[in-house]
Amino acid sequence: MNANPFTLEMLDVWKRPEPPKQQVETGFFTDTTLCIGCKACEVACKQWNQLPGDGFHWTGNSYDNTSALSATTWRHVAFVEQMDGTGGHVPRWLMMSDVCKHCVQAPCQEACPTGSLIYNEFGNVYVQQDICNGCAYCVVACPFGVLDRNHQDGKAHKCTLCYDRQKDGMTPACAKSCPTASIQFGPVEELRERARKRVEELQARGETDAYLYGAEATEEYSALNSFFLLKDKPTVYNLPEAPKRPVDNLKTNYLVSFATAVGLTVLSALCFSRGKK
Amino acid sequence: MPGLGTTMGRGAATSFQEDLRNSDCILIMGSNMAEAHPVGFRFPMKARERGAQLIHVDPHFTRTSAMCQQYVPIRTGSDIAFLGGLIRYVLDNDRWFREYVLAYTNAATIINEEFQDAEDLEGMFSGFDTKTKAYDYKKAGWSYEGEEVAKSEPPPEIKTESFSQRLASLRNPTPPSDPELKHPRCVMNIVRRHYERYTPEMVAATCGCSVEEFLRVAETLCANSGRERTSAIVYAVGWTQHSVGVQIIRAAGILQLLLGNIGRPGGGIMAMRGHASIQGSTDVPTLYDLLPGYIPQPAVMRDHADLHGYLEQEKVTHGYWANLPKFMVSLLKAWYGPAATKDNDFGYSWIPRLDNNYSQLPTFLRMAEGKVRGLFLFGQNPAAGAPNAKLHRAAMRQLDWLVVRDWFEIESACYWYKGPEGVDPKTVPTEIFFMPAASSPEKDGTLTNTQRLLQWHDKAIDPTGDCRSDLGFLFDLGKRLKALYAGSDKARDQGLLNLTWDYGFDSPPMLPDGRPSRLPDEPDAEKVLREINGYTVADNRQVKGFSELKDDGSTACGCWIYSGVYPAPGYNRARERKRNPDNYTSPNWGFAWPHNRRMMYNRASADPEGRPWSERKKYIWWDEAAKRWTGVDEPDFEPDKAPSYRPPEGATGMASIAGNSPFIMKPDGKGWLYAPAGTKDGPLPTHYEPIESPVANLLYRQQENPTIERYDVPMNAKSAPLDPEYPIVATTFRLTEHYLSGPMSRFNSWLNELQPAMFIELSPELAAERGIEHGGWLVAWNKRGAIEARAMVTRRVRPLQVDGRTVHQIAIPFHWGFAGEVVGSSANDLTSIVADANVSMHEAKAFVVNVRPGRVEDFKDLPLRAAPWPTYRAAPDAPRSAQPEGQED
Repeated sequence: MNANPFTLEMLDVWKRPEPPKQQVETGFFTDTTLCIGCKACEVACKQWNQLPGDGFHWTGNSYDNTSALSATTWRHVAFVEQMDGTGGHVPRWLMMSDVCKHCVQAPCQEACPTGSLIYNEFGNVYVQQDICNGCAYCVVACPFGVLDRNHQDGKAHKCTLCYDRQKDGMTPACAKSCPTASIQFGPVEELRERARKRVEELQARGETDAYLYGAEATEEYSALNSFFLLKDKPTVYNLPEAPKRPVDNLKTNYLVSFATAVGLTVLSALCFSRGKK
Repeated sequence: MPGLGTTMGRGAATSFQEDLRNSDCILIMGSNMAEAHPVGFRFPMKARERGAQLIHVDPHFTRTSAMCQQYVPIRTGSDIAFLGGLIRYVLDNDRWFREYVLAYTNAATIINEEFQDAEDLEGMFSGFDTKTKAYDYKKAGWSYEGEEVAKSEPPPEIKTESFSQRLASLRNPTPPSDPELKHPRCVMNIVRRHYERYTPEMVAATCGCSVEEFLRVAETLCANSGRERTSAIVYAVGWTQHSVGVQIIRAAGILQLLLGNIGRPGGGIMAMRGHASIQGSTDVPTLYDLLPGYIPQPAVMRDHADLHGYLEQEKVTHGYWANLPKFMVSLLKAWYGPAATKDNDFGYSWIPRLDNNYSQLPTFLRMAEGKVRGLFLFGQNPAAGAPNAKLHRAAMRQLDWLVVRDWFEIESACYWYKGPEGVDPKTVPTEIFFMPAASSPEKDGTLTNTQRLLQWHDKAIDPTGDCRSDLGFLFDLGKRLKALYAGSDKARDQGLLNLTWDYGFDSPPMLPDGRPSRLPDEPDAEKVLREINGYTVADNRQVKGFSELKDDGSTACGCWIYSGVYPAPGYNRARERKRNPDNYTSPNWGFAWPHNRRMMYNRASADPEGRPWSERKKYIWWDEAAKRWTGVDEPDFEPDKAPSYRPPEGATGMASIAGNSPFIMKPDGKGWLYAPAGTKDGPLPTHYEPIESPVANLLYRQQENPTIERYDVPMNAKSAPLDPEYPIVATTFRLTEHYLSGPMSRFNSWLNELQPAMFIELSPELAAERGIEHGGWLVAWNKRGAIEARAMVTRRVRPLQVDGRTVHQIAIPFHWGFAGEVVGSSANDLTSIVADANVSMHEAKAFVVNVRPGRVEDFKDLPLRAAPWPTYRAAPDAPRSAQPEGQED
């Protein structure tokens, strides 16, 4: 039977292409002890992803004038200027390049009602722009404040871990531009191994405050595929001490709602039964 | 860079950045390397990760300081006091590298009896002529015993910089010496005596650091130098832009020679250059007093009437510069081709001769007087980037015509209708041509980086619209000028008419994607590079290196030090990008002059007998079996000259350099602790206060460098020392986010959002004293101008205790101006024009100001209105709590 080409074309819409083959999981290891605060990562990210500048606002907060991750700033270099020598540490100026954590169990992905947020073949958390409906559930779900909705297109945006570059076998723009290897990109298992060695090295050198943030899962939260080496409490770098998955609240929430529903049903039943009297 | 040239022989960084990873200690001083050279800073970081100590000595705490284990704040302009203190520490504690110093430096050489030191003359040296404000070499007696004065010292009004003058010629390449170092007039004893008063206490009192901080640096340096370990010094324009810049660098050279850190892996002095290819622009110079390859420009004041006289005056008898005639004749052949013959002195008479100081600052001062009629600006922005930019703008308003070639309409192209002066365009008679320039991916060519490395870049795409490369512009201009003057028989036109100008493409140029370029009339940059490399005239065969050059007109070479960059047809070494995993010097990545040597003076990495000083610091050594020098780099030495070679009586040229003398550009083959010639302000670095300073010189009665040219002209007023009106010391600095005065960065939103506004860094103590709030506005002013900026109150700037009293410093980034996407006051409206005697360098890194809260428009008594500020937001964005430690409670 010769099918009408128009019909075939219509049927194509229902055909699904083969999903891309699963690849080795990749991620970032950001070693803050090597960050010189040059912001090359911020600029390289914006240049490659063609993100607009966010306006010119001098904040007076050390050398940080972009302030936070946003829909148009996917790498952000934080400056922790503590030169007063109080708080039990020597005068110091810490720098850290912040980015999406690409959580192994990402709350944003769990919160996304449309299936726009997915894990791509590299295990990276990725927002499919053509599917995002701009509900912003992910924005509130992310415990790190990474996701943000762009006010122009109304959709959620964040680091793609340079999905497009990775597909061509290239290193993400930020890691490529980092002059001191503070941002390292690679298969995440290799990175974790390298990071553990690095911490041991620093500890042996007497820098006993060095530790990894997010390299391993905790009871409350999954491991991060983009993890950090820090020298002080996470809050010093504006990271949550113990990030939480909103999903974890669901069981209790459901129970409470269910119990409330049952209670209210009983209550109304009681009311009605009394009314019959 | 005569600081390095006078000390070691060549005015360039002695080593390469990749080698910094081998350092055991790196002293960064006069450089904000992490911010200004972030890519190169990966190597100090690697060294740190391998256990090296990083030290930053700087007026304010920067991102570089944050990466170093030691940070020492000092008062800007006190560097020689600090380095002099280090020299004294090394000598007094017997921490100098004895074998190295005795064999490779002039420590044992005896100096003429007439010489008198700063010790004897309260901060001056013998031979000062108060009328000319210059040292008279004839009376000075600075030279080695038995030597006359250098024969070709130019009159003092010409500040020439050339190797041969700096090196001087020695009649006796093995001058009298005392290897026992007992003779009171041997260099070592003169140096000891000279630095005796630079005690740790004196350093602390002058620089404003603590004695402990200074001693810790000294001990760290000493502990990491010697046979087994090496330390490097990194500097940048934080050292050069002073009235004593050359001498600061000399002091670093003395220190490194004493510690045995020159020519050895992990050692050296890295001069971090401030602009892209600025090394290239001194090698193939844009300098008025040099021809390509540091050959001195002929001058009317010397016996330079013909080639013979010129060569007789300029060539030296001993060391590598004895080859000057070969380089000069080959240069003339490259320029004038067949028109250059033996009979016409190879066209020597067509080269314009110097009759004055034509460096930038004096030229602009003449321009201000209406004596300069036209100006070309190629990637230069004096209206915001030059010291005393206000004076530069005033000077440019006197021009008849001005050509600006740049990417954007920079300050120097729009100063006639905007800017802080509120100029009425009708009053500016200048015709200004703005020619859009191509960017580096839009043109072929080389960049010569800070470590003398030539790296070729290919054109990726054609430039858009009317944008053209500078090379294409000049090529076209030359063609038009030649056509204009065609047929002239005037003598003065013959140079132009005889210039070889055949750089056009032989076949239509193609782009990398295979399409033809739409600009077929642009020149072939590789042809230029081939001419620079040199070739034989008879068969047009490219030479393999400068050793093939001849003085009989049979070879042509555009710049002898670059010879070897294009040694065979189709073999452009600058284009090579081969990594070599076994050799970190990467000999096949680009081409480093001279002769692809990555580290200069590397003969010094071996002991006098040619054996490595230690296994750990092995680099170049003598292979007795092969009778050759070998190692990981090209030897900076004759490859087959044995360590045991001693020059026979009467030897000249390289034959007069012994097999144990690594500094082959020097007539005696030694590193110069004491400079008998070559620095016009003294043979030994001596601390003088900056021209503007709120502090009296604690070391000598002489307050400032006596040979300085002050240029006391209108608009260039300077504060007298200790001026109570201007008690605050100011210095300028760079941010990673912007580049120079901003022509390449302040037109880019991605950079502007990172540092959107002009600010000034000051300490909480000063802010409290003046009532300035963090995030608010402040005005800084002095006798030359006033600027306004946001106040960055931070403990990264500390008040210093200088001679028992508090001296405040402020740090001003110099990236803003009145053109571009974000604008702000220009730091250079505060800096002054002065010129040091060696290189006509100004003093933008140390001057005085006063500060108060508010905007410039609030005050009627200020000397100049500041740049109008486009208020994106009327009030500061930052809450007072944004930076709690920046507040004074």
